[in-house]
Amino acid sequence: MIKLVVGTEAMFFLALIMAYIYFSLLPGFSPQQADHLDIRSTAIFSAFLFSSSFTFWRAETNFKKGKMTRLKGWLLLTLVLGVIFLVGQGKEYARLLRENVSIGSSLFGTSFFTLTGFHGLHVFAGLVVISIITALTFMGDYDRSTSSVFGTVGIYWHFVDAVWLFVFLIVYVLPHLHKITC
Amino acid sequence: MTDINLIPEPEESLPSLSVSNDQGILQWISSVDHKQIGIMYLWLSVLFLVVAGIEILLVRLQLAIPNNHFLAPEVYNQLFTMHGTTMIFFVAMPAIFGFTTYFVPLMIGANDMAFPRLNAFSFWTTFFGGSLLYFSFIAGGAPDAGWFNYAPLNEYNYSSSPGIDYYCAGLLFAGIGTLTASVNFIVTILYYRVPSMSLKQLPLFVWMILINSFLVLAAFPSLNAALAMLLLDRQLHAHFFSTTGGGSAILWQHLFWLFGHPEVYIVILPIFGIFSEVFPVFSRKPIFGYGMVVGSGIAIALLAFGVWVHHMFATGLGNTVNGFFAASSLLIGVPTGVKIFNWLATMHGGSIRFSVSMLFAIAFLIEFTIGGLSGISFAIVPIDWQLTDTYYVVAHLHFVFIGGTLFGLLSGLFYWFPKMSGRVPDQRLSKWFFWLFVAGFNITFLVQHALGAMGMPRRVYTYPDLPGWGILNLISTIGAFLMAGAVGLLIYILIIALRKGALATPDPWDANTLEWTTTSPPGLKNFDRVIPVKSTRPFRDYKRPADADWKANATDPTTTKPDPHGK
Repeated sequence: MIKLVVGTEAMFFLALIMAYIYFSLLPGFSPQQADHLDIRSTAIFSAFLFSSSFTFWRAETNFKKGKMTRLKGWLLLTLVLGVIFLVGQGKEYARLLRENVSIGSSLFGTSFFTLTGFHGLHVFAGLVVISIITALTFMGDYDRSTSSVFGTVGIYWHFVDAVWLFVFLIVYVLPHLHKITC
Repeated sequence: MTDINLIPEPEESLPSLSVSNDQGILQWISSVDHKQIGIMYLWLSVLFLVVAGIEILLVRLQLAIPNNHFLAPEVYNQLFTMHGTTMIFFVAMPAIFGFTTYFVPLMIGANDMAFPRLNAFSFWTTFFGGSLLYFSFIAGGAPDAGWFNYAPLNEYNYSSSPGIDYYCAGLLFAGIGTLTASVNFIVTILYYRVPSMSLKQLPLFVWMILINSFLVLAAFPSLNAALAMLLLDRQLHAHFFSTTGGGSAILWQHLFWLFGHPEVYIVILPIFGIFSEVFPVFSRKPIFGYGMVVGSGIAIALLAFGVWVHHMFATGLGNTVNGFFAASSLLIGVPTGVKIFNWLATMHGGSIRFSVSMLFAIAFLIEFTIGGLSGISFAIVPIDWQLTDTYYVVAHLHFVFIGGTLFGLLSGLFYWFPKMSGRVPDQRLSKWFFWLFVAGFNITFLVQHALGAMGMPRRVYTYPDLPGWGILNLISTIGAFLMAGAVGLLIYILIIALRKGALATPDPWDANTLEWTTTSPPGLKNFDRVIPVKSTRPFRDYKRPADADWKANATDPTTTKPDPHGK
């Protein structure tokens, strides 16, 4: 089931990404993108999100082995990493808004905030779900359990990460490479 | 999935079509039973059919004579927009999902959907989506930019009433319900079949739902993304579709039709499934070319994503693009044609019973082919340029939506009504309904082909008294009222049947599939045990063990393996 959900979510992001690429080819878009985006700070908080995929994978493995203490540790670490990503994104948004880049300011603002905003929303939803299963783990609900919940949440969380990989490449890395080569 | 026993189920009353029972409406609101949810979907569809029908009758009154001022232009725009949006999202879709939710578990020998609570969620989001859309009338004005809501007319500057915001919110809600329902259908079909039923023995209705659900999962996100962007445009002044802010109006058309064209197949594939059940039963023959019906369904689903630009030939995308999409649009006619021949060949040599269900199926073959032919003419770019946005388009889309989708739903209704209600509708009145409805439909829409060819644009609120326009429009309006009268008769037939119709036997049509092995209506628990499934017609095998389909296959000396076509 979750694979079907992720599949349909992928189509949703495909539509947003295509819209972003479509607009990025129009004149006046790329200078703004180059001026306002800071690939270095974004790369740092992106690394936190990417590593949260690794920590969740460790959590899944430990759950399968029945090592509940380690499971709790990896889950908490995943939560912390995800929150750091959201804080990083929040700081980036705050900086852009100070520079008068908003969703209504220009095409760049429109497509940037929509794409990254919807992704952030998905990260937030994922964190809510992970908080719930973490709380349930601490309450002992999954002791000696064969629940499929970690596998299911895992597919969603890795998907959210994979989407960010594409967003990061398209919004930050490719224009940066373009700037260097020009 | 493991806690399926914990789901609260009503224990006392049996689900039937009538809304009254001893626990009152609360029992329906809290229900997670797939049969009750299916019935609620169907009643929702009937409710919106009446509402959207009244809207279009007002529109037809306005168009009955030239230079008419019965409606104000603003009201006219709202009415035709709401008519189209309602008919597609809140009549066709809920009706299809109603039959699906009710019959997919029964046809595969399951006791409920895979996720019963998700099933209830899907219904209620659809319900509230529709309610939200209609709330716009009280909130300051309904959406007024047509059902496909083109930019920049959908932008705040052109439509400052909150109608289009409600359009976005309502369709987002309903869209989420549609997506979750489709996920539920796929999981149910793949994992909840009775163990002896292989995919090659799946009833064709279930096959079409399976294919269709994947189509929904791939197509609806595009609409949802477009709606979200439009809401951002309207509420937060983003610039996706506003050309003044540098955005792109064409982008809306791409996103909308990337959803919209698959959508027209989403509302026809399940119908093909219904007909693939109806034709064999009433011709007393197995379906001709089971594999081809499934294969052409898959082909349609894949091609459906490669034809959307034929809605946009007039936007000037260039000859290469137009040529590609013209070719793909011609191509997608082929698998649909294959199916028509499947059904014709199924009827050929059969001993046909002309029940109302079968009458609608036969009428469908004719009307849908007319709609298909007028559709093919749009694939030819120069003809499209001449006819786009005229009444020829209106005629075409109603021939496929009514002659296809609605005829299929009515065929399914008359086929399955005894099973769902335990009552048989009056045959004589039902045949009257059939002839009145088919006559009204043809009177309304055949003349619109001519109006379109004469150049009458769609969506204009009135028109000058040009030669022929007045009389053709008057004929069309008379036909529309005839159809409305027929729908009134249908509702009367159904209510009378529910009140005092003759009791139905469990298997009134001598049918082939598992849903007919239950009582009419089925009890709260569908099956205690399911008969063995060894072919595509398990119930027939059970009733006629000497002549069973699987024996014919097993003793056929030319094949060592079971025939993949299940003949």
